[in-house]
Amino acid sequence: MRSAGTSGRVRITIDGETMEMAAGTTVAAALAIAGGPATRTSVSGQPRAPLCGMGVCQECRVTIDGRAHALACQTLCRDGQIIQTTGPR
Amino acid sequence: MGHPDGMTADAVIVGAGIVGAACAAELAARGMQVDVIDARGIGGGATAAGMGHIVVMNDSPAEFALSRYSRDLWLELAPQLRARDAFARCGTLWVAADDEEYAAARAMHDAFASQGVHAQLLDATALRACEPALAPSMAGGLRIEHDSIVYAPTAAEWLLTQSPHAARIRVRLDSEVTKVDAQQATLASGERVSAAHVIVANGIAATRLVPSAPLQPKKGHLLITDRYPRMIQHQLLELGYIKSAHHAVGTSVAFNAQPRPTGQLLIGSSRQFDTTDPAVEMPVLAQMLQRAARYLPALPTLNGIRAWTGFRAASPDGLPLIGRADDTVAGVWVAIGHEGLGVTTSLATAKILAAQITQTDSGIPVEPYLPARFTQGVCHA
Amino acid sequence: MTAHYDIVIAGAGPAGLSAARAAAGQGARVALLDDNPRAGGQVWRQGPAHPPKAPLRDLLAELDAHPDITLLSTSRVIASLPGRGLLVESAERGGFSVTWERLILTTGARERLLPFSGWTLPGVTGAGGLQALIKGGTPVHGERIVIAGSGPLLMASLATARDAGAHVVAVVEQASTAAVARFAASLVATPSKAWQAMQLTRGFTGLRYWTNSIVREARGAGRVEEVVIRRGAARDVILACDRVACGYGLVPNVTLAQSLGCVLAGSGAIAVDDAQCTSVDGVFAAGECTGIGGMELARVEGEIAGLVASGAQQQANALRAQRARWQRFAARVEKGFALSDPARAMPSDNTLLCRCEDVTVGEVCVHPTWRDAKLHTRCGMGACQGRICGAAAQTYFGWDAAQPRPPFSPAQIGTLMTAACADAPAQAD
Repeated sequence: MRSAGTSGRVRITIDGETMEMAAGTTVAAALAIAGGPATRTSVSGQPRAPLCGMGVCQECRVTIDGRAHALACQTLCRDGQIIQTTGPR
Repeated sequence: MGHPDGMTADAVIVGAGIVGAACAAELAARGMQVDVIDARGIGGGATAAGMGHIVVMNDSPAEFALSRYSRDLWLELAPQLRARDAFARCGTLWVAADDEEYAAARAMHDAFASQGVHAQLLDATALRACEPALAPSMAGGLRIEHDSIVYAPTAAEWLLTQSPHAARIRVRLDSEVTKVDAQQATLASGERVSAAHVIVANGIAATRLVPSAPLQPKKGHLLITDRYPRMIQHQLLELGYIKSAHHAVGTSVAFNAQPRPTGQLLIGSSRQFDTTDPAVEMPVLAQMLQRAARYLPALPTLNGIRAWTGFRAASPDGLPLIGRADDTVAGVWVAIGHEGLGVTTSLATAKILAAQITQTDSGIPVEPYLPARFTQGVCHA
Repeated sequence: MTAHYDIVIAGAGPAGLSAARAAAGQGARVALLDDNPRAGGQVWRQGPAHPPKAPLRDLLAELDAHPDITLLSTSRVIASLPGRGLLVESAERGGFSVTWERLILTTGARERLLPFSGWTLPGVTGAGGLQALIKGGTPVHGERIVIAGSGPLLMASLATARDAGAHVVAVVEQASTAAVARFAASLVATPSKAWQAMQLTRGFTGLRYWTNSIVREARGAGRVEEVVIRRGAARDVILACDRVACGYGLVPNVTLAQSLGCVLAGSGAIAVDDAQCTSVDGVFAAGECTGIGGMELARVEGEIAGLVASGAQQQANALRAQRARWQRFAARVEKGFALSDPARAMPSDNTLLCRCEDVTVGEVCVHPTWRDAKLHTRCGMGACQGRICGAAAQTYFGWDAAQPRPPFSPAQIGTLMTAACADAPAQAD
């Protein structure tokens, strides 16, 4: 997968919605830009969002290109990436 | 709560794992005051390391009798357990990878059916409908719908503190027993705990208290994944498990997978005789996972979040030792050597032990499990 | 697929990058593993609006030009393997292994994130965590942010947030006014740090910098809307805000070191001698993982480790004075920002302690040991492998983490499967 188009932007899809991001943006940042504060639902149903920002807390887990439990804060957006969250819609 | 005279119990049990806890609950139910002593916490040894699978096994008539009796006791007990004990009647699915194993499945079906244990033979199509995550090349399987799973550490805690007669059970933790004699257990501190009956139920550590106990540690690895709900429905076991697990020397692996109520998958299994090192050995873990991936092709893409090991206490004939430690010494009993069936057979072990202590009917013949069989050279297959 | 290197370095922050340059300069063939997509660690984190500046930029250029340095990004060490090997998982390449003659651990540190009521609300992050998220591209323009916890990191976080257009409502520091003042005065010994402090806090009139204060509670419907700050002994103040960025200092990352058998110091960091050697032959360590001390200390320690590991002990000796100077600075930071009793106080029973498995403080505190709590409440059984809740449990109960086991972080089973070796155990058929 290419990491950026010639424009320095990449097209990604979050929960079915397609949008453009600056190349080098993390998936965690893209999720924050896309809007909803919560990207994960905890085991008891609470809304959660990234906490540590550095790949330790596991709160930022989302499904990226079909693979569940990928860490959004340590993954860069790539052109054509498909992201699915488990936060409240 | 506590013993009426504040001092002496009727029975002292060494080991607060699932077997010790089951024995305590049973003896308490029969009116005895019971002290349970553990070197560490409740359910922290092999009880914590295993899968908590409650399964009818048919390696031998004696194993079948014990596991079947005990499974029935678990099914009867289940409604009293709590959410945290995670009891689930998910059933076992024995998976046949080829025609030879399918024939073995058929034979197992007939054996179970003749004993009144419900078993359902599944051809390849039915198997795929039942467990879509299994590799499409599987030849078929045998579904044992009443087999179950339970989270053994908290089940042990329930037995010790919440079972109907738990008021008669006193638990002492962080206290190591260093010696057992007739009517007395000696702690590392020097303190002596007296009781008419002393029961050793502390797994592989029993050899320190009963040096003649013919137990060998059998190391096993397990791995648990992150949450992938509804990926599998049953505890899955390869039929080759029976061929390999009990008879191989050295290190062996066999496919075993359990759907945890959390949605995690618990993956096993491995067997090693040659070590007492509790470290996770990556080559063994890898081999175990490679084996499992042949049955569950989606496995390589799942995240494993934790791996651990445990030591099963194996006896020479694969059956536990339940009875007098030594026929010449009154009042010292053992309930040990359960290998990979400790959780399954814990409740029946308690019944058989209590029957011998109180000299009442045991429900099933006790001879195959008597420790004396090793000293007298008698074998029960 | 296994590649062999003279020196493998785990972590590409200031310490690891410095070690790599020093070692390669001695002719060693070096692999530098880093779990982030871009090198720099935490303090030199890169992002779309944060391109590398000197010294990172220059270091990266040097390393890039060097044929004997292989930088492997998005690569996490999952397990150690027999025969001086490491099993690594890369988001791009899947599982692979490397073998080493010498290993340099520069695994850095993570924030100590202590629970408070409402800390699981979206909008609550670490202080360093907020910095990392902003640098990754998370927008905070116009947001009201309260930064809290302890240490100089709060100032760095303040600067990053302000530069990104956020309105920092307050900085809430648990250390006392006197302790902070002493620390500030001591910066005269490290002029570069004094200058940095001024840069980070420039134009700060109107900012509330509250000492002797802690976060009591974050509140909001589905996300942070306000935070309750306890000032001094008894005064509670409510601040409306959109984010709470709270971290109580740093905890060294020692999982790989511990699993290799490296002895830890009383502080929990990897114990090293004057040559940055750990207690395990052939294994070195440098930077925050050997003790929290900041970027400058990490750089010189990393350089020493790289030189010694590649046989240039003499050159390393010349750096001792510089290291000693930054060690003294590190000691002053530790002293100035030691956690007070209010900061270490356990929150209410219904506060979540384990975020992965949603286990409360009240459920955990009745158990005598970490292991017992884990087995009976599920605390620590989640994907973070007890790192977040473990630091809190250590603070409240004094429980130490258990000996780590592989996988050192969640890893694909496919990666773990690659660790099988030639003489494999028997299989069922």
